[in-house]
Amino acid sequence: MSVPTDLPAGLPGLDPAWSRRLTVADGTGTEHDWHLLDNGVTDPVGTLLCVHGNPTWSYLWRRLVAAAPPGWRVMAPDHLGMGFSERLPGPRPLAQRVADLGDLTAALGVTGPVITVGHDWGGVLSLGWALAHQEQLRGVVLGNTAVAMPEGDLGPALIRLAHAPGVRSVATVGTPLFVRATTALSSPRLPADVRDAFAAPYRTAARRRSVGDFVADIPFSTGHSSRAAQEAIAEGIRSLDVPALLLWGPRDPVFGERYLADLRERLPHAQLHRYEGASHLVPEDAPQYADAIAQWVTDLSTGRPPTDRPREPGAQQRGLGSALADRADDHSPAVVEVGGATVSWAQLHRRVEHLAAGLSAAGIRPGQRVALLVEPSVDLTAAVYAIWRAGAVIVVADKGLGLRGMRRALHSARVDAVVGGTPGLAAARAMRLTATRIAATALPAAAARALAVAHTLPELERVGSTAPAPPETDLDTDCAVLFTSGATGPAKGVVYTRRQAMAQLDLVGATYGLSPDDRLVAGFAPFALFGPALGIGSAVPDVDVTAPGSLTAAALADAAAAIDGTVVFASPAALRRVAATADELTGAQRTALGRVRLLMSAGAPVPLPLLRELRQVLPAAAAHTPYGMTEALPITDVCATEIEAAGPGNGVCVGRPLPGVEVRLSPLTATGAADGELTDTVGTTGEIAVRAAHVKDRYDALWATERAASRDPGWHRTGDVGHLDAEGRLWIEGRLPHAVTTAAGVVTPVGVEQRVELLETVTSAAVVGVGPAGAQVAVVVVVPADGVRRRAGFELADPALADAVRAAAGTEVAAVLVTGRLPVDIRHQSKIDRREVARQATRTLAGAQAHTR
Amino acid sequence: MRVLVTGASGMLGRATVQGLLDRGEEVTVLQRRPAGLPCREVRGDVADPAVVGRAVAGQDAVLHLAAKVDVTGRWAEYARANVEGTRTVVDACRRAGVGRLVHVSSPSVAHGGSALVGVGAQPADPARARGNYSRSKAVAEQIALAADDAALAVLVVRPHLVWGPGDTQLVERIVERARAGRLPVIGSGAALIDTTYVDNAADALLAAVDACGPVHGEALVVSNGEPRPVAEVLDRLCRAAGVPGPARRVPFRAAWAAGGLVEAFWAATQRRDTPPLTRFLAEQLATAHWFDQRRTREALRWTPRVSLDDGFARLTRAYAAT
Repeated sequence: MSVPTDLPAGLPGLDPAWSRRLTVADGTGTEHDWHLLDNGVTDPVGTLLCVHGNPTWSYLWRRLVAAAPPGWRVMAPDHLGMGFSERLPGPRPLAQRVADLGDLTAALGVTGPVITVGHDWGGVLSLGWALAHQEQLRGVVLGNTAVAMPEGDLGPALIRLAHAPGVRSVATVGTPLFVRATTALSSPRLPADVRDAFAAPYRTAARRRSVGDFVADIPFSTGHSSRAAQEAIAEGIRSLDVPALLLWGPRDPVFGERYLADLRERLPHAQLHRYEGASHLVPEDAPQYADAIAQWVTDLSTGRPPTDRPREPGAQQRGLGSALADRADDHSPAVVEVGGATVSWAQLHRRVEHLAAGLSAAGIRPGQRVALLVEPSVDLTAAVYAIWRAGAVIVVADKGLGLRGMRRALHSARVDAVVGGTPGLAAARAMRLTATRIAATALPAAAARALAVAHTLPELERVGSTAPAPPETDLDTDCAVLFTSGATGPAKGVVYTRRQAMAQLDLVGATYGLSPDDRLVAGFAPFALFGPALGIGSAVPDVDVTAPGSLTAAALADAAAAIDGTVVFASPAALRRVAATADELTGAQRTALGRVRLLMSAGAPVPLPLLRELRQVLPAAAAHTPYGMTEALPITDVCATEIEAAGPGNGVCVGRPLPGVEVRLSPLTATGAADGELTDTVGTTGEIAVRAAHVKDRYDALWATERAASRDPGWHRTGDVGHLDAEGRLWIEGRLPHAVTTAAGVVTPVGVEQRVELLETVTSAAVVGVGPAGAQVAVVVVVPADGVRRRAGFELADPALADAVRAAAGTEVAAVLVTGRLPVDIRHQSKIDRREVARQATRTLAGAQAHTR
Repeated sequence: MRVLVTGASGMLGRATVQGLLDRGEEVTVLQRRPAGLPCREVRGDVADPAVVGRAVAGQDAVLHLAAKVDVTGRWAEYARANVEGTRTVVDACRRAGVGRLVHVSSPSVAHGGSALVGVGAQPADPARARGNYSRSKAVAEQIALAADDAALAVLVVRPHLVWGPGDTQLVERIVERARAGRLPVIGSGAALIDTTYVDNAADALLAAVDACGPVHGEALVVSNGEPRPVAEVLDRLCRAAGVPGPARRVPFRAAWAAGGLVEAFWAATQRRDTPPLTRFLAEQLATAHWFDQRRTREALRWTPRVSLDDGFARLTRAYAAT
């Protein structure tokens, strides 16, 4: 077998022009032949020094070399004994390797600002270089790595195994097992040619020698000769005050959450992006890392304009618990569980104060994060306000995410404590959350032990009754991490500060004219949490909270009667069922609902016919549908009569921006990218951006996502596409990735779908693009209203239906397909999953798979 | 401008010549049979250097359409008409000092049997092209493009599935079969295919004559830019001719296998007529074939004048008049 000692040609993604060799003398005067990748920028703004780990090589950084930030030199050496650098006669310890890197950069004439980038064992080495060159260090970037072995830590199990002497020589040197296993960790699976490229420098035992020596140099034991050097680096970085960026693959079986936590503890100012789904080789699993680094580096060198966000007008000093405190002597009901407990304002206030003191006494500090795994209830309401009162942050991940989604979410939020009912605590155990576990109710001792419960809420309340009250909290600290629904990819954590949450409450209160005389019926149970902060009483109907569709008109009426409700909030799915069960209402129930003055519904568009039907059930209620999302709610508001007045248009009319809320659009390019300057020009379709005091503070642990969403400082890009009309009303035309990019221009789906759905022969419709971006054709997939039973697969519509759909669409349509049912998103089971529709339509319209030669 | 059009007797050739004449160009046509067009005519074989030399002399531009188009026949016939013919035209242009050559090719020169979904014009590849027609046209295109230099600007245009009134190739064959009840839909019928209404293809060739020079050395696929499911296209063509559309469906695999048998039978018996089905045809009728038209429209500064629906309406009127 021929063994390449020089870079082979044709490695995927690698430009041979980047490859260079250099001879450098080390401290002893011994000369070494280095190989490195270098984009060769002369007179650079700065240099990215990219340091690979074991057993990879500089190939790992090829995408970063290709995506170099403007004016920056990117260089990625192969360590001596590794990649295509020279082979070594013996081991080379950590301290020597750090010195080697310094010798190399000196020989290369790297004098200006440097940002180090390290992965795996290259993390420690790059930080070693960084500490030795602090005068020119501008920042540090780290992928999955470890700089320290926490006391008593035996090291990552897999590395540990590879470290065992007998195993090591066989696994790392004698066979290509370690080299191959490393690229097998990738998720999704790497293409075979890329795996071969990673293995290219390590084809024989002789060429793998340093792979084994590297593993042997990991100082697991205190007596190891490299231990002192490693500890010096691990401790030294605590003093680094340069910007830091951590890019992490959470599925890494080698460097798990504890290593990330350790790095964040040592570099508390570091920005973090977790690439959910990515594993150890984060540069392979998340190729977009290269653009993220380029953006981060560019921001460092050019600076970002300061975030100019509107703040709450006036110096308001009210906090999230102020409205509750105002009614501390009020004995009227604050929260009613229909068919369960009722708590007065006075009771709730006292409970919250005691619980907050108890939480503080139990060690819950301001800024710590507490996950809530409790069903909507008085207990939950009390816990939320107590956590806020204690200065801590609530973390809310809907169990609709499923155990896996919740596990991802709560690990990424790094929760310090969990408050849960028995099912919630069992889930916390299944999710391997190491957080302090607090039971919502008292538990038998055996159950408490089994669930590793540290405290219970009743116990904390008791302790807190005699403990000192926690101090008031600064309004500019975090109060909540709310996870998005995860309908489009992994759920994102959305962080709000207290000031932003207060701004949201004030906006809701002002928009809907809420006063202490109002009482809320929370058809969507979590909404009841707003009651105490808004200073209005609330009731939760007696239904299964996990099934919003189970809310009947009678249950809604009973809840309204229980608290003499004036305001109803419910999801569109719940309202559909309410309208369908209106016949079952008794006279008394109708009277209770007749007192409701306001109906609010959000979460998905509410069809006008449904709003009209609801007038039979809630005759005195004005029906409002605010528009917004987890990151910004509400943005606009519209009532049924305004929707009727607006008439049909290209999209769904969601009304005018609320006072203090600015809406702009970022126009789309021909390929559907929203990179246009923000504009409020009437009729321009673009991605909707919003600026207001109550918009989220940031995404949590998603630096690149946050950077993209706040491209225009102070604004949040929503991912929705729409336009403003001459009356100042906003129309929603669909999600940005669902825009159809035809050669004739961008076609947005919602307006077309609405026009097609007006056909009597059509039950529902989805409009998707097929083909490459910028040259797509529009395809309409419909569920016909002909009563014929069809499978979920797609097939051609008959000519009459195709002609009718084309005539109604108002845009060029390449094909009309029919199906028995349109795929919906897993999470909501209500929004049509256009991405899946597009995938299936693409396959159908490609025809036969003719791989016949 | 003096323009030579080779292969002017077909539907597209005639429409193109008519377009040139309408613009007031001085047109010469070259083909074997009389074309009956009101212009100078040279008759003969496109692979005959003497005949071609006579036709090319004094021209400003040459539009090379002449080709053997069929689904059967021996390689030697295709090689002579398509490969040698193109080489002869290229050589003649060079000798006569003609500055512009527009070579008419086919999208099938670049592709095997896989689905084409919004792709651009990829390089001609005789090794992958399927069947003697496509393979010979691939070689011919390579010859034409290799001749592109400072003295002779070569531009390749690949019209995709040209149809229209008076079409004896595509439309008439489909309609005949449908009339005989022998037109099945192969596969699901959902494969998206691009087609080109003849007037648009002729316009594109005229535009290519104009663009050739500033634009040269590349191949451009031409279509209506309105892909439709293949079953819908067949149905519309049939309806325009007043015959019922395809009623039967044949699974793709079965059609492909049958095509193979038919080909073997035709080869074994040395039949010269057109076989009812070949593997190539089965693939063409069952897999997507549609193209990204952005580069074409930008380079030729051309957009189709007649929409697909207008084209079907014109075809309907043409059939009604006969």
